[in-house]
Amino acid sequence: MLRDNVDTDTIIPSREMRSTGRDGLADGLFAPWRYIDADGRIEDPDFVLNCAAYRDTSILAAGANFGCGSSREHAVWALAEWGIRAIIAEGFAPIFHANCIRNFILPVTLKRAAIEALAGEEVTIDLAAQEARSAGKTHAFEIEREAKQMLAQGLDAIDLTLTQAPEIEGWTARDRSARPWVYLGGASA
Amino acid sequence: MGKTLFEKIWEEHAVAETPGGSTLIAIDRVFLHERTGAAALKRMAEMGRTVRDPSRVFAVMDHIVDTRPGRSDGTLMAGGEGFITETRAACQAAGITLFDVNDRDQGIVHVISPEQGIVLPGLTLVAPDSHTCTQGAFGALAWGIGSSEAEHAMVTGTLRMSRPQTMRVRFEGELPFGATAKDMILVLIAAHGAGGGAGHVVEFAGDAVTSLDMEGRMTLCNMATEFSATSGLIAPDGKTFAYLSGRAYAPDSFDDRHWQSLKSDEDATFDQEIVIDASAIAPMVSWGTSPEHTIPVDGAVPHGPDSVHDYIGLPAEAPLAGTPIDAAFIGSCTNSRISDLRRAAGILKGKRIAPSVKKALVVPGSLAVKRQAEAEGLDAIFAAAGFEWRMSGCSLCFYAGGEGFPAGSRVISSTNRNFEGRQGPGIRTHIASPETVAASAIAGAIADPRELMREREAAA
Ligand code: SF4
Repeated sequence: MLRDNVDTDTIIPSREMRSTGRDGLADGLFAPWRYIDADGRIEDPDFVLNCAAYRDTSILAAGANFGCGSSREHAVWALAEWGIRAIIAEGFAPIFHANCIRNFILPVTLKRAAIEALAGEEVTIDLAAQEARSAGKTHAFEIEREAKQMLAQGLDAIDLTLTQAPEIEGWTARDRSARPWVYLGGASA
Repeated sequence: MGKTLFEKIWEEHAVAETPGGSTLIAIDRVFLHERTGAAALKRMAEMGRTVRDPSRVFAVMDHIVDTRPGRSDGTLMAGGEGFITETRAACQAAGITLFDVNDRDQGIVHVISPEQGIVLPGLTLVAPDSHTCTQGAFGALAWGIGSSEAEHAMVTGTLRMSRPQTMRVRFEGELPFGATAKDMILVLIAAHGAGGGAGHVVEFAGDAVTSLDMEGRMTLCNMATEFSATSGLIAPDGKTFAYLSGRAYAPDSFDDRHWQSLKSDEDATFDQEIVIDASAIAPMVSWGTSPEHTIPVDGAVPHGPDSVHDYIGLPAEAPLAGTPIDAAFIGSCTNSRISDLRRAAGILKGKRIAPSVKKALVVPGSLAVKRQAEAEGLDAIFAAAGFEWRMSGCSLCFYAGGEGFPAGSRVISSTNRNFEGRQGPGIRTHIASPETVAASAIAGAIADPRELMREREAAA
């Protein structure tokens, strides 16, 4: 899927988001490209995820600015439900990138030439070593330290932040006197 | 060394560093809508978590609500009613303020937040919606997040962030006749690419920006996300405070010393600077399927990827003006405020849309905008011209199923996205200013609004 600017409306069209929950989305994943007729669910045999060789892939290769457009996390939930564990792209839209980390999908940023070399191959991604490998070739990638930790250990961001609750409380108490207009709920809120 | 406006807001909100090397940034306001906010509230409840300060979390029904008159919870999109009733119940359970379907202050999230004075200069404001950057027009740091992050912000009062880079875009000179804030942002994206702002918070500055009214500034900041920027913002000034003064959630008086500090220092440096000559800006129209596929209305379609030409049905080198259109849409968080409607109505007054235009909608950004427009008689002008006059909401800014444009339609639209299928399967969207939408609807083809505008000026 070596296109640029693949947007979240394409990854999961709004009409495929049928409940407020996070499940039941894989069926609508890439619906505009995957189906010749989305209502009848008639598959387009030419679409890469419909090819027998790639149907069970857990790694997606893409171009620049992947996941742009709407902030809908449903795009990441749909990819995760389909079985995608990592996406290799030239770049990611910022909200989509953050959504990936929160849902334990690894966003790998590589140069175009490296992605083209990996696309279609059997690829192993080693998060600890920060390397994407295919037969004989190794491509190193960067990832923020905290994102790496959260992905590797499956950490819940909210639980982690709540360990710093005393610092948040202290900041809020100071801020309340510095910027009282921010606080709308009266003295105790 | 001096600091940029962004750096001042960032540092003021930096609560702590995390062991993993990111920063906990305090979040002053969270805004949710029924499409993505419900998921955050649902998950929060499932996890047995609660909102830390419900007085600073707001929600609205805007995305999938019916915009036809006489609406209730029912939606044209199958299953949409569930989103509405679930959101309502979840807001009640969480104790957060909801602007409900027919509440008198209902409207598109980024229209009503300023109207209510919920966004204020210097605040951090997030919403699970990519166009949250609209609210940066008030000198706030406002950006879109996912549902999980919204849950994080509600529960902890913070987000874990790594610091974005800074960019300043200066629009120098005076905007010429017929050019608008919409054209300014489209020029920027066309020149520097839909990925041009990636990783950056963009401060818009320069004469042409300070000259804009607050509504124009919101239009400009709205499409910072189409530039892939983390957010866009504009330093607050007298216009900002005048706009906010007396709004429901705004403070009774402003702390002048604090608010005057909300600007980039003279000697502040940005990671990137772009300068654009505003005096050369013409009305812009998109020709393809990315906002960067945009040219002046009197230009010719450039050579783009085959798949784009195929989808949009326009060959390279064809003139854009004169391309027949089937439908027109005025609305969205980009261009649905009262000044947008006034300008479009100014062009439509006494005219009719071409018979070939099968569907034309005008969807006010909020019920307050709708009431104001009706008080000024704009609704009658739109109706006489052949536009349907709607209740407020996102409407056909995006396609949720249910209501749509006729299959295969070419739509001239005051919205912000021209992606494949954004307004419906196979729909070809051309984004432009409300003036250009109005002029094109009359012509039945993509048209330069300046001709009709000159006619009006001469007659006045
Ligand atoms: S009007 Fe359109 S772009 Fe704006 S919030 Fe609604 S759906 Fe999103």
